[in-house]
Amino acid sequence: MSFERPHERPAIPTYRIMDSEGVIVDPANKPDVPSEEIVRWYKTMLQVSIMDVIMFEAQRQGRISFYMVSAGEEGIAVGSASALIPEDVVFSQYREPGVFAYRGFTLKDFMSQLFANKYDTSKGRNPPVHYGSSRLNMHTISSTLATQIPHAAGAAYAVKMRGLQDPTLPKRVVACYFGEGAASEGDFHAALNIASTRHCPVIYICRNNGFAISTPTLEQYSGDGIASRGVGYGIDTIRVDGNDIFAVRQATLKAREMALEDGGKPILIEAMSYRVSHHSTSDDSFAYRAKVEVEQWKRRDNPITRLRKWLEGQGLWNDQMEQEERSKLRKEVLKEFSAAENEKQPPLVSMWTDMYEELTDEAKTQIKELRDIIERYPDEYDLSAFEGGIESLK
Amino acid sequence: MKLADEFGSERVFNTPLSEQGIVGFAIGAAAEGMKPVAEIQFADYSYPAFDQLVNEAAKYRYREGSTGRSAGGLVVRMPCGGVGHGAMYHSQSPEALYSHIPGLRVVMPRSPSQAKGLLLSAILDANDPVIFMEPKILYRSAVEHVPAQSYTISLDGAEILKTGDSVTVVSYGHPLYTCSQAIAAIERDFKGVTIELIDLKSIYPWDRNTVLKSVQKTGRTVVVHEAMRNLGVGAEVAATIQDGAFLRLEAPVQRVTGWSTHVGLLYDKYNHPDVVRVYDAIKKTLDY
Repeated sequence: MSFERPHERPAIPTYRIMDSEGVIVDPANKPDVPSEEIVRWYKTMLQVSIMDVIMFEAQRQGRISFYMVSAGEEGIAVGSASALIPEDVVFSQYREPGVFAYRGFTLKDFMSQLFANKYDTSKGRNPPVHYGSSRLNMHTISSTLATQIPHAAGAAYAVKMRGLQDPTLPKRVVACYFGEGAASEGDFHAALNIASTRHCPVIYICRNNGFAISTPTLEQYSGDGIASRGVGYGIDTIRVDGNDIFAVRQATLKAREMALEDGGKPILIEAMSYRVSHHSTSDDSFAYRAKVEVEQWKRRDNPITRLRKWLEGQGLWNDQMEQEERSKLRKEVLKEFSAAENEKQPPLVSMWTDMYEELTDEAKTQIKELRDIIERYPDEYDLSAFEGGIESLK
Repeated sequence: MKLADEFGSERVFNTPLSEQGIVGFAIGAAAEGMKPVAEIQFADYSYPAFDQLVNEAAKYRYREGSTGRSAGGLVVRMPCGGVGHGAMYHSQSPEALYSHIPGLRVVMPRSPSQAKGLLLSAILDANDPVIFMEPKILYRSAVEHVPAQSYTISLDGAEILKTGDSVTVVSYGHPLYTCSQAIAAIERDFKGVTIELIDLKSIYPWDRNTVLKSVQKTGRTVVVHEAMRNLGVGAEVAATIQDGAFLRLEAPVQRVTGWSTHVGLLYDKYNHPDVVRVYDAIKKTLDY
């Protein structure tokens, strides 16, 4: 009789291509991507980090209601996004703006959502950082953790069925992102299991950044991270160094290829990183972790500086280019910031529209009720920021 | 029916035993433009999927906004209601829970031909997520002619099953049969009394106008449903009537419902509305 003892098993290794000094560990693994493309990855990560600093500050000044930065995790987002085709469908949690930026979400798109102005696709209904885009095949983010994980399985099944019906369509997968905390939800279990039994071409990408708000992974799970679970569901799984953009890209490329094999199947990637930032603008993380630990991480390793070291080693980047790019990006962000801040808000009737495909009689009655109240107490309500003012309520 | 044999295992298939997985999976497929018809084995077991239904299916179109995505293609079928021996977990009627959620349509048919028309409408026409609750006591007991060809019955609007001038009885699903029997007895026992019977069929969004119009005529209402009384559908109907027909009311709105307790095995017969209780409520409102 022999019990399987998880702690006696070797931990699943972490795949790495480039070390923290930006040196390729195994020369056989050299990135075979045009250098302009790699520079584009770098600029995309830089853009996200610059936007993060500005918008975090904007929240502190009360100009937007909420913000979440993705410092330390830009490499996971951009590296994996670079391995997808534009037709691949993406579900994200909320700390993946790099995926949006890489796929073509513009600064205007980001700012419109953050300021909830009339160009915000959700019409001012979602809190900041809940991006979405139909053009980019990215489903709109919802705050509820892990609910998107079974959605991704179902969407992957739909994508697969569409492909069977119309073989001229490009072969597509679904990519789904979540944190290691979200992986404790029942939806994670439900999703990986059904994705596996229904043979869904979906790549699950877990960002294991060490913390779920204040909860360290020691209190999140006692197995070998998230990766060890994939095997239990019969899912091919890999753990990668999330600060190594080459490793993330390479693993996602291979995962994409495998996900389309054998009539479709799910793949799990656990990308290890460290949440350098506070959880959100509503969190002061020094209440539960030492500042020195964060500083060490920032200094020791970071996906942006790691790629920068590699680029400099290749003669593709230098201090001057860095300064110019940073100042250019900063200007661009600030330009879209003030443009977005000064736009009108969506029409007030958006409070009711899109609840059902058509307005219900009940909604129409309530719209009239609100209009009546506002008309009879005009000094109590300021509708000047809303597109169309009271006229949208009719 | 052998749907899997006819349409293939890619379109009709088993899932792992996980309600949140079933509904989450179906929402994802719907959000990519498919028309999934998910089944929850008993309405009593729909709660593990409550988060997916309330926070995801119901809000998908709203939070996506102008991207145009929604879970509108989704239909979730669930057998509901008492069968006499279902006890706590094979008897529930959670329609009021789902009717409190903007974005969901809640529908309950009363008969085979209505079930077919409403279900086809839920799948083919309604571009909103639909909770389709099927009174399982009728699965084998209700027999009637059902056209073989495809047809739909609109989810919008209530249906007046029988016209009358003295009392309006509002119900849906299986208790409509109980109501019909009680009404026949009342009309036999009280000469000149005629009762109007309304099948809501869509529990949310629901047809307030048809109910109010009827009450404007009769001035008296009895609402009948199996689910418990507190904050049940009857509460919303009663409140709507006091708001919209106050000056015409000649008696308080009566509610004949499940008692505000669980469905214990032995007590089924005494819990759900029966002909006696409906008869008595109509009598009380007439006598008021």
